[in-house]
Amino acid sequence: MSTALTEAEPLRAHLARAPADAFLFDRAARVRLAALVAGTSLGGRLADLSGRSVLIATASQLTSALALIELDGVARRLTILPPDVDPDHLGALIAGAEIDAVVVDGPAPQFSGLPLCVTCTPNVAPRSDRQDAHAVTEWVLLTSGTTGVPKMVVHSLAGLTAAIASAKRSDPVVWATFYDIRRYGGLQIFLRAMLGGASLVLSSAGEPVAEHLARLGHHGVTHLSGTPSHWRRALMSPDIGTIAPRYVRLSGEIADQAVLDSLRAAFPHADIGHAYASTEAGVVFAVDDGRAGFPASFFEGARNGVEIKIIDGSLCIRSPGAASRYVGGVNSAALRDSDGFVDSADMVERHGDRYFFVGRKGGIINIGGLKVHPEEVEAVINRHPHVRMSLVRPKRSPFTGAIVVADVVLTTAPAVAENEAELRDDILKLCRGALPRHKVPAAISFVPALAVAATGKLLRRAV
Amino acid sequence: MTIKLTIMDEMARVAREHGKMLAPLNDDVALLDSGLDSLGIAVLVARLEDRLGVDPFTTAEDVQFPVTVGDFVKAYEHGAH
Repeated sequence: MSTALTEAEPLRAHLARAPADAFLFDRAARVRLAALVAGTSLGGRLADLSGRSVLIATASQLTSALALIELDGVARRLTILPPDVDPDHLGALIAGAEIDAVVVDGPAPQFSGLPLCVTCTPNVAPRSDRQDAHAVTEWVLLTSGTTGVPKMVVHSLAGLTAAIASAKRSDPVVWATFYDIRRYGGLQIFLRAMLGGASLVLSSAGEPVAEHLARLGHHGVTHLSGTPSHWRRALMSPDIGTIAPRYVRLSGEIADQAVLDSLRAAFPHADIGHAYASTEAGVVFAVDDGRAGFPASFFEGARNGVEIKIIDGSLCIRSPGAASRYVGGVNSAALRDSDGFVDSADMVERHGDRYFFVGRKGGIINIGGLKVHPEEVEAVINRHPHVRMSLVRPKRSPFTGAIVVADVVLTTAPAVAENEAELRDDILKLCRGALPRHKVPAAISFVPALAVAATGKLLRRAV
Repeated sequence: MTIKLTIMDEMARVAREHGKMLAPLNDDVALLDSGLDSLGIAVLVARLEDRLGVDPFTTAEDVQFPVTVGDFVKAYEHGAH
């Protein structure tokens, strides 16, 4: 039996098949999935929210999950607000997605200008009205932070769940993810759990690793997903032994051989897979042979309806799971090319019979899931009176995937080494004053010159 | 300065720069309880490469993720041979 959704079937319909012992768990509360079929976490306000463009702006992941379940098929559009969005961008996002209602779970004066504000609680009450799902809801996700207003990407539930294979009912499954479910990678796991009628243990921002692992162990998590950086952090915890997942999934960053081998050593009996997905292109493929990169054979024809090809070194994807378009006036360039391919901007290179990811087009650096434009860091360094020019580049790190390092050309070479150390500290101080700490170079090297291309631009190479 | 002292010195410096409080350290303290987070540890490893000329975590074929401060120091002491 396939769990793929028909357009008419809203998310809530799947929960009718959830066993009685399936729950959504967070640090403080739990909600039985089956209770959501005829219950409401929104005070029964569905009739008011019907047909609206709703912003899901709760503080907790649990209430976001409940609102999504309740409003799919009811709202015209659901825009999911991740927790780390710059408040200065809210106005542009609300205007861009034509938001006319918001769901919150606490005081939210920033939304007082919206026509309708509804509070979501984890205390599910029986529903009196029978507001039936009637609409196909657009799901809008935000791309993860680069600079400026995040792009808003339109998906359908059918597209978001296109890559989810039918699960054979064997042993009970308990899902968890280190991600926040309001980002694409985490949302995939939320939907996997809901379509499979499985429990899901939500993460909690700022929770110490040991406590999080203990909570996952307590709930008997069998399927666990996170970025390579999440997993490296878990592997460094003395409490890694408190979990025993049957399935370990990595996505969101390049999975190198070291992290795959370390996970194999920690969980000798688990299935270990790394998936490649993006907010725009959806889930593209999963690799389950325990090796970094992916087989060259993935380019031969469509796999699960997904085709890939390389244009100028960048992986391009045509997929039923891809987003349909962007909404909002900002960054509203076409999402797909004329052939329907989405450019991932992820650069790949072939070595033998496999392809490997080598970095981002345009040099965007991924530090444990946080993106850095080298240019913004260079701009700060170049403000220093003794700096002529600088090149910011990624350096591989087993702990965060990459870190930022800088090559700096000075206007005049310092006379003695001591001055060099002083100057380095001075430049770092400047960076720390102007940039969040993941963007501050971990190391600065003074170099005599930097290569400049014929276009007059700094020559940037992939790592 | 011994390798261990160099590491402790650099840990204190990175913690200061990142606005973190360093816990009282001994070999059995978990690295993640030292006060540095993943980013702090990544920066520490880059700084130590400058000072000690070796990065035992990025160059090794089979990386062992260090669990305790003792594991971390040992990786450098091995790398120095």
